[in-house]
Amino acid sequence: MSHTPFIWAAYSIGTVVLLWCALAPLSRKKSAIRDIRRIIQTEERSNDSNP
Amino acid sequence: MTTETAIQNKPRKNALVMFIHKMGSPPWFYNFSGKLVPWLWAVFCSLAAWALYLGLFKAPADYLQGESFRIMYIHVPSAWMSMMIYTSMAIMGFIALVWRIRIVEVLAMSSAPVGAAFTFVALASGSLWGRPTWGTYWVWDARLTSELVLLFLYLGVIGLYNAIDEPRKAARAACLLAIVGAVNLPIIHYSVKWWNTLHQGSSISVTGGSNIDPSMLWPLLIMALAVKFYYGANLLTRARVRLLEQDKRKAWVRKVIGEDKS
Repeated sequence: MSHTPFIWAAYSIGTVVLLWCALAPLSRKKSAIRDIRRIIQTEERSNDSNP
Repeated sequence: MTTETAIQNKPRKNALVMFIHKMGSPPWFYNFSGKLVPWLWAVFCSLAAWALYLGLFKAPADYLQGESFRIMYIHVPSAWMSMMIYTSMAIMGFIALVWRIRIVEVLAMSSAPVGAAFTFVALASGSLWGRPTWGTYWVWDARLTSELVLLFLYLGVIGLYNAIDEPRKAARAACLLAIVGAVNLPIIHYSVKWWNTLHQGSSISVTGGSNIDPSMLWPLLIMALAVKFYYGANLLTRARVRLLEQDKRKAWVRKVIGEDKS
């Protein structure tokens, strides 16, 4: 039995899982920053309309 | 005694204690960890590339296992990390419950997904090593089963944390589960001694040395070191995002967002 496919599969799974685990917080950070900017804009708009 | 000498004689706080105090402040933690994270990633990438080069291209094939032993360079560091991260999560959980330090709660909860990822990789790579070596992908052996229980514990901590809306209350409940789950750690470690398992015993011991040839051992040790930097970088990245989410209405976050135009 050739061992090569098992080695490739193990390293592929490891790479995909660890890459996903490293990149997931970056997309979460983007959406958190978008949320915070929206809150700031909403507050600025309500301050402008109620001086 | 003059005022000047009185100030000089006043006991100064230890630098480490001062550092720990500073780390408890979310804005300081956010800025400090932001500077540290790129360096941790750089060290991880360099060490991992070096370990993989040595392990996959330089180390000779094992006389018994053939080429399949090379799976060890991802399986063993992942398995070690799965236990190390759970240990640190349980310790941080204990500190968070006793001293109510929010940064420690955030760090404990940010550890869980990284630990779950390593546990999954350890189980999957072990299974792929088991097929050519044992002739089967899975057996309900004590080591494999207790490692699977560890994955479920990580998923339980993540699930419990996400199930409660108030983040601090959620973190406290999840920290408690993490502490209770720590009972599984000695079971995983000693499973190969306590029971007659298909999984082999330890080939490396801190006190008793190693029975692996140095040409095969060094890549393993370098990879084991590399994944510690991966954990550090990933943990800090996740903790920073969690702090942004939790403090989104606070002034320091607005200042940070104002400076960060990305």
